[in-house]
Amino acid sequence: MPYIPYTPKQVQDMLEVIGVKSINELFDVIPKELKNSTLNIPSGKSEYEVLTHLKNLAQKNRTDLISFLGAGFYDHYIPAPIKHILQRSEFYTAYTPYQPEASQGTLQAIFEYQTAMARLMEMDFANASLYDGGTAIYEAMMMAVRITKRKKIIISETVNPIYRLMLQCYTKNLHLELVTIPHQNGKTNLEELKKSIDQQTACIIVQNPSFFGELQDYSPLFSLAQKQGALSIISVYALLQSILKTPGEMGADIAVAEGQSLGLPLNFGGPYLGILTTRKKHIRQMPGRVVGKTTDKQGQTGFVLTLQAREQHIRREKATSNICSNQALCAFQALLYIAFLGPEGLKRTAEQSIEKAHYAAQKLTSIPGVKLLNDYAFANEFALTLPVNAFELVNHLTARGFIPGFPLGRYYPGLENCLLLACTEKRTFEEIGILTEMIKAYLTYRR
Amino acid sequence: MQTIFAKSIPGRQGIWPEPAQKESHHYLPENFLRSKRPNLPELSELDVVRHYTLLSRKNFGVDTNFYPLGSCTMKYNPKILEEIASLPGFTDLHPLTPQLKTAGLFTQGALEVLYETEKLLCEITGMDAFTLQPLAGAHGELTGVMLIAAYHQHKGNKKTKIIVPDSAHGTNPASAAIAGYKVISIKSKQGIIDPAALKEVLDDEVAGIMMTCPNTLGLFETHLPEIVELIHSVDGLLYYDGANLNAILGKMKVGDVGFDVVHLNLHKTFSTPHGGGGPGAGPVGVNKKLEPFLPISRVVKLEDGQFYLKYNYPLSIGYVAPFYGNFGVILKAYAYILRLGKEGLNRVSDHAVLAANYVRKKIEDYLEIPYNKICMHEFVASAVKQAQKGVRALDIAKALLDKGHHAPTIYFPLIVKECLMIEPTETESKETLDKFINDLIEIIQIAETNPELLHQAPQNTPIQRLDEVKAARNMELVEPCTI
Repeated sequence: MPYIPYTPKQVQDMLEVIGVKSINELFDVIPKELKNSTLNIPSGKSEYEVLTHLKNLAQKNRTDLISFLGAGFYDHYIPAPIKHILQRSEFYTAYTPYQPEASQGTLQAIFEYQTAMARLMEMDFANASLYDGGTAIYEAMMMAVRITKRKKIIISETVNPIYRLMLQCYTKNLHLELVTIPHQNGKTNLEELKKSIDQQTACIIVQNPSFFGELQDYSPLFSLAQKQGALSIISVYALLQSILKTPGEMGADIAVAEGQSLGLPLNFGGPYLGILTTRKKHIRQMPGRVVGKTTDKQGQTGFVLTLQAREQHIRREKATSNICSNQALCAFQALLYIAFLGPEGLKRTAEQSIEKAHYAAQKLTSIPGVKLLNDYAFANEFALTLPVNAFELVNHLTARGFIPGFPLGRYYPGLENCLLLACTEKRTFEEIGILTEMIKAYLTYRR
Repeated sequence: MQTIFAKSIPGRQGIWPEPAQKESHHYLPENFLRSKRPNLPELSELDVVRHYTLLSRKNFGVDTNFYPLGSCTMKYNPKILEEIASLPGFTDLHPLTPQLKTAGLFTQGALEVLYETEKLLCEITGMDAFTLQPLAGAHGELTGVMLIAAYHQHKGNKKTKIIVPDSAHGTNPASAAIAGYKVISIKSKQGIIDPAALKEVLDDEVAGIMMTCPNTLGLFETHLPEIVELIHSVDGLLYYDGANLNAILGKMKVGDVGFDVVHLNLHKTFSTPHGGGGPGAGPVGVNKKLEPFLPISRVVKLEDGQFYLKYNYPLSIGYVAPFYGNFGVILKAYAYILRLGKEGLNRVSDHAVLAANYVRKKIEDYLEIPYNKICMHEFVASAVKQAQKGVRALDIAKALLDKGHHAPTIYFPLIVKECLMIEPTETESKETLDKFINDLIEIIQIAETNPELLHQAPQNTPIQRLDEVKAARNMELVEPCTI
């Protein structure tokens, strides 16, 4: 019996103590007509059989492709020691730290994570984590609705389209007005965003770099929002924040991010990490767990879950959010990534990625008929216009071992000829050279 | 222990990749760059490894301590699951790959895991379809309530309320409220839902009821058939909170007995580790009535055996998560179910219920047990007698830490005063249970003779009782910058 430690003799002894004859008798409380013991699933397998089966399935996934696919989720290198620390089972087999005296490891790690995120974003506070970058935008939006008591949400179409679909799903029953400001040939339409802010606006939501890779300084937009009493929410690329202008400098009220770029594997979509940081004045409306510093009876410094009066287990239906389990171990993973690399390691990783993307842009636009979608400044991701359908190019190259990027037509009708390319520090100049040759060859062949 | 920030030595080399040939200001305008670099730790690889290894020793986990935290199912997490979840064929897979048309062919293994897991969960629960998207238990609850709302809207029903029993987890009322419903609480009687109380609040505006069965007292809801009939009579739907599924694997299928929607906690019943507060996973199962509304995408198997992601479900509530759920967690639960198989799952509930009743019986003479009858996988004891002498449930919990046991869940459910909710799980040996029982009895005896001693607990932990009021007042949520 895997993982069950009782000997038959012990089971008998325990039944005797309880005063029943058999284990089945313990289930007599379930009314007979509700019982059903048929389980039409296979019998248990040995560890080796299970491992072999899963290894076979893993082999059916092609992870050997040279990939320029990003679109919000990035293939950065994850230093080896991270995995080894994460495998300390004192961390990963613990529950939410309800008993602080027995959970100082988890609690101090979360406190350090909160500090690291606040410093990365140059914001006052961070919570202990949310599920992912999309639910982080949703929670930030709901914060703004509670704080301003307004119902109009303005969002740029250049925010990750998957996150915008999530917002649509979540706001369906909440009587909120979700206004999307269309992109302008791949650029964030700053003028329209500014014009649309009014006295009914709870918040504006933008992304930096945008889904198209466009960089912006949103300070003027945010200061305009503030004048109208609306909150400014910005979603960022966590790793690049080590060098890019911060949400704090721009005057954002809430800064969120998908934290996957900070040392988390792509993992086919999760577990990921929702980062949420905000200003001190908004703290009472912040969702989720948060850890605070305090002292014990003898004056020793320690950490506890705090500000719990906002949370579901105290306030029930009046809570700021229903979140309970979050992504604690993923937050820890991001903290480890930051600690192992330090500010210089983060900067170098970001700058290598940026340098390679700029090299790729230069090489690829040297191909006749290939140009940048627009003239905006970009970091490690950019959009190209091709003389052919981008889906077809992607299919052609993918079959030959290269994922050249993400076809923007998937989410933006009218941009079927556009391709979104990302470089991480893992890509090489040689790979970029080969990609260029392959695209050139494909376009020649197509003609 | 100092924080990692306090240990930083400016200029010390960490794990540094090669620098770029040119710095960022060569490529980007200055006004897009941050003006000063972030004040983050500068340490060597060993510095960081040692810091966090030492920190790990200040934690209780299932691998180091008995962890009878009620309603959390802190069972042993088999190591093979970690190994499987770290196979590069899964970890290196970009979630957008299947959206590149033919590149869907490159993710067949991952899609098969999703498809097969859904099928297994359907069989275990008796539901007709599952979504694996919800990223935690409470996220599953929200998804479930949104499905209920979509059903009623589609039928043109005017529904405004969700009923939640007073014994429910706090996430239930919070999830219902966030989905836009008014929450109606009903009082339990003898520890279970009272059909008379339900009838009093039942009307045409009731969208559904959220139940946990066995409930948070560890008791089976014996009026279930009547409750099902009542709720369905107003075209309401029954929601099953799967936090306590560990009690009924292979015993009862929640879909069979009238539940319309259910969420499971893979990090409880299906043995994926809890990670000190996540990541979890909260898949949601539905019957035929609700299937058209499930989130997209959904995994479909074609006749030729290929798997693909289908998005065209016009009645779907849409996207509750960016992709396919917490895939790494789902993978572990899938492997766990395969490893145990049907007999193994059955044995889980057998022994979880056996262990809970054994502990209950052994301590019944020492602590009050408000509903002292055969329980399921957990039970609730109360320190009301001890409280008269000034020893509260909190003091008992802290004294247990001193003895090397994690404390049970305390002060929950809210309907029992001074309560301790104990869930031993099926993976803890009789020797561990006996040690816990003996230590608990010893603590209860000290409560009689020397209550003051228990107010001082814990003494053997890295830190003593912490001042929570001070934490909330001072709001030191980050380490202040000193530079």
